[in-house]
Amino acid sequence: MSPAPDRLSPQITTLIVLLVVALFLLPWVAGRYPVYLAMQILILAVFSLGFNLLLGYTGLLSFGQAGFFAVGAYACAKILLAVPNLILGIAGGVACAGVAALLLGILSVRHTRIYFAMLTLAFGMMIYSIAWKWRDFTGGDDGLVGIPRAPLEIPGIVSVSVAAMDRYYYVVLVLSLLAILAMYRLIRSPLGLTLQAIRESDTRAEFAGVPVRKYRLIAFTVAGLYAGLAGALLPPLENTVTPPIAHWSTSAEPVLATLLGGVHSFAGPIVGAFLFFVIKDVIVRFTEYWLIWFGIIVVALVIGFPGGVMSIFARRHRRVVQHPDDADHMHKVQ
Amino acid sequence: MENIAFQGLIGLSLAMYLWLISAGLTIIFGVLGIVNFAHGSLFMVGAYLAYTCYGPMGLPFPVAILLSLLGTGLLGFVMERGFLSRIYGIDEAYQLLLTFGFILILDDAVKMIWGGVFKIPPIPAFLDGAVPVFGRFFPVYNLFVIAVGLLVAVVLWLVFEKTWWGRIVRATAADREMAGAIGVNVPRVFSGVFVVGAMLAALGGAIGIPVRVVAPGIGAAMIIQAFIITVIGGLGNLKGAFVSSLIVGILSAYGTLFFPVFELFFIFVIMAVVLLVRPQGLFTR
Amino acid sequence: MTDLLRIEDATKRFGDFVAINGVSLALPAGRLTAIIGPNGAGKTTLINLATGAFVPDRGEMYFKGDEITHLPVHQRVRKGLSRSFQVMNIFAHLSVLQNILVPVLAMRGRAGFPFHEMTRETEAVTEARRILREIRLPDAENLPAGTLSHGDQRLLELGIAIAPAPELCFLDEPSSGLTPVERTMVMELIRRLSTERRTTFVIVEHDMDVVFALADWIVVMNRGQVLIEGPPAEIRENHAVREVYLGEEELLA
Repeated sequence: MSPAPDRLSPQITTLIVLLVVALFLLPWVAGRYPVYLAMQILILAVFSLGFNLLLGYTGLLSFGQAGFFAVGAYACAKILLAVPNLILGIAGGVACAGVAALLLGILSVRHTRIYFAMLTLAFGMMIYSIAWKWRDFTGGDDGLVGIPRAPLEIPGIVSVSVAAMDRYYYVVLVLSLLAILAMYRLIRSPLGLTLQAIRESDTRAEFAGVPVRKYRLIAFTVAGLYAGLAGALLPPLENTVTPPIAHWSTSAEPVLATLLGGVHSFAGPIVGAFLFFVIKDVIVRFTEYWLIWFGIIVVALVIGFPGGVMSIFARRHRRVVQHPDDADHMHKVQ
Repeated sequence: MENIAFQGLIGLSLAMYLWLISAGLTIIFGVLGIVNFAHGSLFMVGAYLAYTCYGPMGLPFPVAILLSLLGTGLLGFVMERGFLSRIYGIDEAYQLLLTFGFILILDDAVKMIWGGVFKIPPIPAFLDGAVPVFGRFFPVYNLFVIAVGLLVAVVLWLVFEKTWWGRIVRATAADREMAGAIGVNVPRVFSGVFVVGAMLAALGGAIGIPVRVVAPGIGAAMIIQAFIITVIGGLGNLKGAFVSSLIVGILSAYGTLFFPVFELFFIFVIMAVVLLVRPQGLFTR
Repeated sequence: MTDLLRIEDATKRFGDFVAINGVSLALPAGRLTAIIGPNGAGKTTLINLATGAFVPDRGEMYFKGDEITHLPVHQRVRKGLSRSFQVMNIFAHLSVLQNILVPVLAMRGRAGFPFHEMTRETEAVTEARRILREIRLPDAENLPAGTLSHGDQRLLELGIAIAPAPELCFLDEPSSGLTPVERTMVMELIRRLSTERRTTFVIVEHDMDVVFALADWIVVMNRGQVLIEGPPAEIRENHAVREVYLGEEELLA
């Protein structure tokens, strides 16, 4: 990561404020479909932000994030089916995913690089096979259906119905914005710096007094919490949960979004989530084979622009400070 | 008792498909240091090419297999020379991501060309029929698959242990810089190994077409199994891949017989446990 | 003098190769020790054992009287034992200031603090800037470390090593790849730091000019063992050393 400027420039701040205002006004000016699409984008953005805390900031490539996404989704769905209270459902989903990430993380962070990727893949697929085979609890391949878009409720004090799509949109929007803000602070905090140091050189970080494995576990758990939040927001939206969300090909979505937007800028995964759905939306108008285009984009990005779209943007803006290889931060020097 | 032995023979033929795809995956990792996520897709492309040559085009079965190997080998050559070779030496996360991009491309390309339908051409006449084994009839075709798998194992062993070419490859795998320094053309070895790996995957796909389903999803299913096998055998360990193919093949033949529900889960548990306890694999000292 | 670090009968094997073979060594506080010896003598392995990168197959280590044989690396750093690396090992894409902040925050127990911006860690930033002045890199604080010249990167490497305010600091070939001017500067810096900061340095060095100019005490290693140790004057005159070590130097030159 570049030595970031301490403050956002006035132009960027204005842009962000306008964007947020536009997002809040969206249900008034747009129809059902754009609102639905915006929710999908926000959910993927949260999911990808967590993923990128691992890849872009800590230097760990996880192929098992779909597992934690699924834990969040299934836990939220089960809670809502038992107790129709959205606060409980989402909080429960996040908590379960966080606990799962903490426990599996203790094992996963014993390795790095390819072995870490394979281990997270195995854990993710274990969760997938549970979702698939434990019929009594998960509904097997039919999944869980009829999940209510339950009210936000603190028993005896307040109960707000969010059954209408437009209302639920605000739940997704507010929680996503809070998650984005929290991640922004985390990245720029001492913890964020320490994680980036681990990405740059784990041996050096260890010899600088950093308990590297502990911090990798923290990053893994936070990424699991974000995957869990993204997953928990899904069942009330779709009213169903099915096993494919736990499959490793679901882990691909944050990977694609993050690559598209850029691994090494904070906004990369958010911009990437937006691009992911916009590109997909455009492509599916012409052909059902949209994945091939993403494949081509991935290959082109990895070969040509490992920094993603944001790196092109950043390069134009930061000519003054020389970044010899903003585009290939991940390339090990030694 | 006969039933158990018979099922073991079924498992053995299943193991051979797994062996063919894992052999390529583990050789490529051993030499190039790349985990080729798209290896299952190469298996799938091999199956589809063989299907087209043998089914609609009506070519003889052996010719169809040969053409499938050549076609997939060419595809592997393009992948390695055109793309992977540009990013050796950068973080392996990006290499994984690149091969991941290939999965998306190949899987959809296959759907575009062949459609999403299941396809099973007839078994070639000279391999049709069954022979009595353990009091039951065992398909000749399965014996053919077992023979091909064993033959490949023997040939690979001879090439790696007994030939000059095998020594070059082993030297490159051990230390590519040193190999380069003593005059080995490392890029050519990389290309050769990747092409051979791709052809092994294609062979596994191609010989399966008369008895297994040819469908767009087989690549994704195979790569996961191949990962499990190469992890258990030790990444880059060819003998380990052979032994663990046998284990996984035979176990899953019995697994579907005795405990079908949690078969998948336990296989991933084994994979995770091996990664945690013996990341170098069960068969690497 | 009290012994800061005591290594007792340490042995480390890699397969059949015995990298360190029954080495016992005492490093008292305040004495600048140089470890010399031909390539493969086990110097870097000895650093790796002392700092915790490897666990010895046999033997014990004591730091300030406490046994540390099995203590993890980061805890040794917290106790006051740090090192630099022979191969450049800095945080290339972080700024120069951030490179120093990482160990400073870790030492203050602030490395895991997640909820406010770095700029509010004013005490840590002040300390990091002071260290940058000490290593003569104050003007570079916002540059990405990877863009510095080789010499400046070596200085930064040194800076990261001293940032935890260690009592004992191993420097693995601090002068490698430096121009003569830079080398003189690094030597002055080491000398100054060892008096001002009261850090005890142990250097592994190939350059004999550096060794004889800096060291109070020289340890000669060969084939995984300590051949001899003593004050520079004594080592210079020793025949065995000349044969084993200096002879090889000529061969190399």
